[in-house]
Amino acid sequence: MRYLMLLRADQPPTPPPPDLMEAIMTLGEEASRAGALLDTQGLAPSAAGGVRVDLTGGQLSVTDGPFTEAKEIISYAVYEVRSKEEAVEWASRFLALHRDRWPGWEGDTEIRRVFGPEDFGPPPA
Amino acid sequence: MTQPTHAAVEAVWRIESARLVAGLARLVGDVGTAEELAQDALVAALEQWPAEGVPANPGGWLMSTAKHRAVDQLRRRQNYQRKLEEVGRMLEQQPTGEPDLDDHVGDDLLRLVFISCHPVLPTEGRVALTLRLLGGLSTAEIARAFLVPEPTVGQRISRAKRTLRDRAVAFELPPPGELPARLASVLEVVYLIFNEGYAATAGADWTRPELCADALRLARLLQGLLPAQPEVHGLAALLEIQASRLPARTGPDGEPVLLPDQDRRRWDRLLIRRGLAALERVQALGGDFGPYALQAAIAATHARARASDDTDWARVAALYRVLIEVSPSPVAELNRAVAVGRANGPEAGLAIADALRDEPALRGYPHLPAVRGDLLARLGRTAEAAAEFERAAALTGNARERAVFLARADAAAG
Repeated sequence: MRYLMLLRADQPPTPPPPDLMEAIMTLGEEASRAGALLDTQGLAPSAAGGVRVDLTGGQLSVTDGPFTEAKEIISYAVYEVRSKEEAVEWASRFLALHRDRWPGWEGDTEIRRVFGPEDFGPPPA
Repeated sequence: MTQPTHAAVEAVWRIESARLVAGLARLVGDVGTAEELAQDALVAALEQWPAEGVPANPGGWLMSTAKHRAVDQLRRRQNYQRKLEEVGRMLEQQPTGEPDLDDHVGDDLLRLVFISCHPVLPTEGRVALTLRLLGGLSTAEIARAFLVPEPTVGQRISRAKRTLRDRAVAFELPPPGELPARLASVLEVVYLIFNEGYAATAGADWTRPELCADALRLARLLQGLLPAQPEVHGLAALLEIQASRLPARTGPDGEPVLLPDQDRRRWDRLLIRRGLAALERVQALGGDFGPYALQAAIAATHARARASDDTDWARVAALYRVLIEVSPSPVAELNRAVAVGRANGPEAGLAIADALRDEPALRGYPHLPAVRGDLLARLGRTAEAAAEFERAAALTGNARERAVFLARADAAAG
């Protein structure tokens, strides 16, 4: 099962501690080497080139960032795992790194299953 | 904080179990014992974590729990005095109970890979042990994946562990001279697991994507453990690219959809990208293309074509020629006939296919008459083409495939 994880955060106004960055790289490497992490990237702030294209009431509109949500989406990751719980475990490890290394950091990871071949097959006989 | 469910504990287990078993096997020298100790630790985790929460370092917790069990067990057996001292010493060196195994993890995992795929084991034993020890799958999960009864898988695993013990297979890396053959055995096991998911030989479903995903995960694990081996990346590339076609490989009614007829917009671009990247690593390692890397290069050529007709068939044909040099196979030669038939016209393809008619390995192989039928039809030799498709239909064991062949026989005769 494939999962997309979107990390949203309210970051303290200080630069991220170097040991956090190191821990994130280590965990990422571990998850990649385990064959579970397929893809991940950090995202530029919505103030730096973020755009929203919207369709409401038949009207297309384009709005430049920054967006005003309390938390910003700051990275995404794509995991291939055997269960939802395994996805939760990887996400929990990722958040725990922040808890242990960057006081004041708050955020959440939204975990969503990606449709896969199993969703397109015939209904079970 | 919410308390972890059994499923959550099992998820931690899947992440930690291979390293745990590998570390324990180095300690006790026997994979079977290591696996039993690891299972004991899992049972303890299932008892304690739901009440107490997952410890901060679950891998360390499982390891020290298993080690304490090991000591308990050995204490009860006087004849293992020497090992007890050994384990005791290891525990003294790590008084915190948080074993610092990082230096060994890669090597231990690699030993576990080679032992699980050891040539003294029958193929089904290798497959079951690999999924169990490296994939972290339970016996029940393996049984479900291979559509065999759970006790059968249990027996395969316990027999394999016993064989390793009886034959005194040491928990060691293969000596350099044996590495190529031993690596081939490892890659073959992963390839077999993938293929069982990709074109299931049993059951009602044509594919079982979850088993493909398990094989892919193993292939990626091997890439990290054996980064200097081109064929490891070759196998990973092949599986990533083949898996990318899974969403297009089954029709709405569960029928197989073969490569030329697939809706390529449904191919998984992420997996294709990963496959091409793995293939680039083969190149970066000096471009020593073995059979898996060559098959991956062929798959990549298909992956790069936006439509079947855009395929660089000359390149596919040339790659098959190299593949046959490296690893002769009548099936590869038949595939070359298809590619040459596309690149240079049906006559040229038919000449290659015709030469295979007396090949014993292809006797009873439905795709030989099917390929000939296709080439004959394109040459306008319709009666011969229809006869070939009927032969193909008679030879296949797959009902869905038979229907496809019969339809083509009708079309050729019509």
